[in-house]
Amino acid sequence: MEQPPRPPRQRREPEVPEAPVALDERGTALSALIRDVLKEFEVEVGAAVDEVVVTVKPEDVSAICRIAKDDPSLDFKYLRCLSVVDYIETLEVNYHLFSLDKRHKAVLKASVPTEEPHVPSVISVWRGADWFEREGHDLFGVVFDGHPNLTPLLLYEGFEGFPGRKSFPFHEYDEW
Amino acid sequence: MQVQQQARTADTIDLMINMGPQHPSTHGVFRVVIWVDGERIVKAEPHIGYLHRGSEKLCEGELYSQVITLFDRLDYVANLNCELAFCLAVEKLMALEVPDRASYIRVILCELNRIASHMLFYGVYGLDVGAMTPILYGFRERERIQGLFESVTGARMMHNFIRVGGVKEDLRDDFEPRMAVLLEELKQGIEECDDLLSQNEMFLARTKGIGTIGPTEAIDFGVTGPSLRASGVLEDVRISEPYSIYERFDFGVPVGTYGDCWDRYYVRVEEMRQSLKIIEQAMAQMEPGPVAANVRRIARPPKGEVYVRTESPRGDFGVFLVSDGSDKPYRLKVRAPSFANLQALQYLLRDAYVADAVVILGSIDIILGEVDR
Amino acid sequence: MTVVQGIYYALGALALFVFLSFMVLVLTWVERKALARIQMRMGPMRVGFHGTLQPLADAMKLVLKEDILPSWADRRVYWLAPLAVFIPSLLLWAVIPVGRDLVLANLELGLFYIVAISVLTVMGLLMAGWGSANKYAMLGGLRAAGQLVSYEIPFIMAILAVAMLVQSLNLETIVDGQRNFAYILVQPLGLFIFLTAGLAELGRTPFDIHHAESELVGGPFIEYSGAHWAVFFLAEYINTFTIGALTVLLFLGGWRWPAMPFDGFAHSTLSVIWFLAKTYAVILFIFWIRGTYPRLRIDQLMAFGWKLLVPLSFVNIVITGIVLFYGWPLWTLTLISLVLLGATFYAISRHQGTRLERMTVTVHSFRGTRSEPPVVQPQPEAALED
Repeated sequence: MEQPPRPPRQRREPEVPEAPVALDERGTALSALIRDVLKEFEVEVGAAVDEVVVTVKPEDVSAICRIAKDDPSLDFKYLRCLSVVDYIETLEVNYHLFSLDKRHKAVLKASVPTEEPHVPSVISVWRGADWFEREGHDLFGVVFDGHPNLTPLLLYEGFEGFPGRKSFPFHEYDEW
Repeated sequence: MQVQQQARTADTIDLMINMGPQHPSTHGVFRVVIWVDGERIVKAEPHIGYLHRGSEKLCEGELYSQVITLFDRLDYVANLNCELAFCLAVEKLMALEVPDRASYIRVILCELNRIASHMLFYGVYGLDVGAMTPILYGFRERERIQGLFESVTGARMMHNFIRVGGVKEDLRDDFEPRMAVLLEELKQGIEECDDLLSQNEMFLARTKGIGTIGPTEAIDFGVTGPSLRASGVLEDVRISEPYSIYERFDFGVPVGTYGDCWDRYYVRVEEMRQSLKIIEQAMAQMEPGPVAANVRRIARPPKGEVYVRTESPRGDFGVFLVSDGSDKPYRLKVRAPSFANLQALQYLLRDAYVADAVVILGSIDIILGEVDR
Repeated sequence: MTVVQGIYYALGALALFVFLSFMVLVLTWVERKALARIQMRMGPMRVGFHGTLQPLADAMKLVLKEDILPSWADRRVYWLAPLAVFIPSLLLWAVIPVGRDLVLANLELGLFYIVAISVLTVMGLLMAGWGSANKYAMLGGLRAAGQLVSYEIPFIMAILAVAMLVQSLNLETIVDGQRNFAYILVQPLGLFIFLTAGLAELGRTPFDIHHAESELVGGPFIEYSGAHWAVFFLAEYINTFTIGALTVLLFLGGWRWPAMPFDGFAHSTLSVIWFLAKTYAVILFIFWIRGTYPRLRIDQLMAFGWKLLVPLSFVNIVITGIVLFYGWPLWTLTLISLVLLGATFYAISRHQGTRLERMTVTVHSFRGTRSEPPVVQPQPEAALED
């Protein structure tokens, strides 16, 4: 069992093609709108395939989400998905938002360092974020500050390590 | 002093009841701990994770074509809908054009699967309420659909039929006549099922006004699909963000009023009728042609990320796919509708009776394979 | 009591036990077949011709199965509970005539005896619920207590109305009283009350609340297995048979009605057959209900019992009393009874346990991508009750 940890998998050199961006007019209008509404925050508005990508600083997440939900022009009442992606050095928390009335969609991204992943919880904004955040904490170890009950959801109590991360030693992993 | 002591002895504590993970009405290995005061539920605490297989992590180690089999096992009642969601995500990333015939086959099979899934719900819901006949009627219809699936895909449940860029193979020659017969049978079957349970006096008494959730709360909890529509929100991914070829069909979206158990139940019954409508139109519009796009056997989507929503029988089934340009997904996140719908359980169970707990849990129609992934 | 009498009663009790056990075996088979028919299946087909030996195989399995004692169980209570349920159900049959003169003890107070003994079942169920040391069982036992006690009242009152007509509590006299017409013709309301309350006493669908499979997973019987469970099972089916038999004796004319032209031996034989046929018809009706209806909730059951059945059973007695007192022809009773029954059904259909309208789902049709935003319909709050 005393094997040295595997070196993290090298990511492919960027010779591979990037997926083309294909924003529709709703998307372009939305990216302009987001720039306008969130101008007091440090945000970076981009696009990925057909979604507007808003990269924000992790400490702003809660405030921005509150605005995104309450602002009548953004109106992101529905949190489609909350996911965590492991990029070895950083963990990226993705908030997929959708407006049921305006029918536009956006992704909020916040990158946190893997050593100390702290993101404010958005459970006060969308109650539906509850289990998604618990899952993110369970599998990736992201600490959602302000979450009232960050107990294991999918894993059993006492499970050690974060199996969602790329660094989790699956092959050396010994079950009971 | 004396009085105080007596008062203390008369104190009551709430009875904690552990429902599940082995319980006939938890629809799998789901556990909910409820505290009851007499017959009223004071507090409920759901526990999930008994079926956690780490599907998302497993996907990172599989080729794109192999991931489809894992998706079959997420929502094991509506497998084809899951396959479709994944394939759509990959196709969107690769900007692939799917041949028309393949899309039609996908839509027909997915809608059939939706009926099969709702039929299972119908039967199991009957059992939850205490009627034992509906399950056999529901299973009769489901069995017919699965018989057809078997002839098309070669499997009754784990199909692995929808592939990146199209479907595995074209339909058999006998598909059309079989489909015509099946449609007739299903039409009758759905009406029969509707007659048996929907307007039954006791069924109404058990489900009307039970477990209500308003539209704002429902959206807040991320409830989607039939459960959301029952609350009076007209939201269907097939309409608000049409995927595949759903914009070519005429169909209705049933919408409830109160968001109670009966609305959630009947929205599903009505959805089966609408699915039949879609299938009929698709059968009429379908033309011969290729059934798969020209894709490399080992698909390598470009680097990027994509989020695709589809309307699975349980709601908004989302796939978040991050690709690093290799032949395996870098990260795959499944937004399972049951997972989000189940969060609302605690809210729905407020002040309910113990017997209602089962009725409410049944009405949000969870599939644990998808909740725990 | 002489020795001969003692032997007579012992043999009679033995014969009764064998007869009832046989009836239970038949009943389980009939139930499975009837339900299968409703549900478009075959039912048991493998053991014997059309599964006729299936009940025997089941009984054998149950007896040979391991009897499990939960470690926390209150041992004495746990083992006694099946007997406490079974013995009253057997005792009832001491006074129920199966045919003319075919009765162990023809008590003058037969009906009173039945009423008195049938209440004892509650105790057994409570014992089972307590003794199992299981929360589901406890909840089931408490539910059973509440349900059985509250439905005892309409049950007794419905019986009483019949007794008033015959002026006797002797079951044979009651049957003889139906020489010309069965009391179903005079007491349709009484029959409705009796059967409904009887179903609740039995704990059969739609009143199978104390062993609700979907939430309580068998209620008081959850921990029992093997022979002890079989005893519960036996008691339950004997009780079903009892309710069927009582319905026939009290309301359907027993072996008397519509006609019994024979005399002597032919009479006795035919009366048994006639009686059994009628009983099975009633029991099939009970099975039919089981195949069709969902289960009620405990509060709805209580509300139904106390708010509808109990007042109705009193009204039934009052109208019977009035008609008898003033010596009106009995068809007036039929008429009043029918009117009241119709009014009851109307009331039930009007008050559906909920004031919400029946159809609350509307279909919005679309073609393709819709341009207008989805309508969030405001929730009518006034209509939501509770």
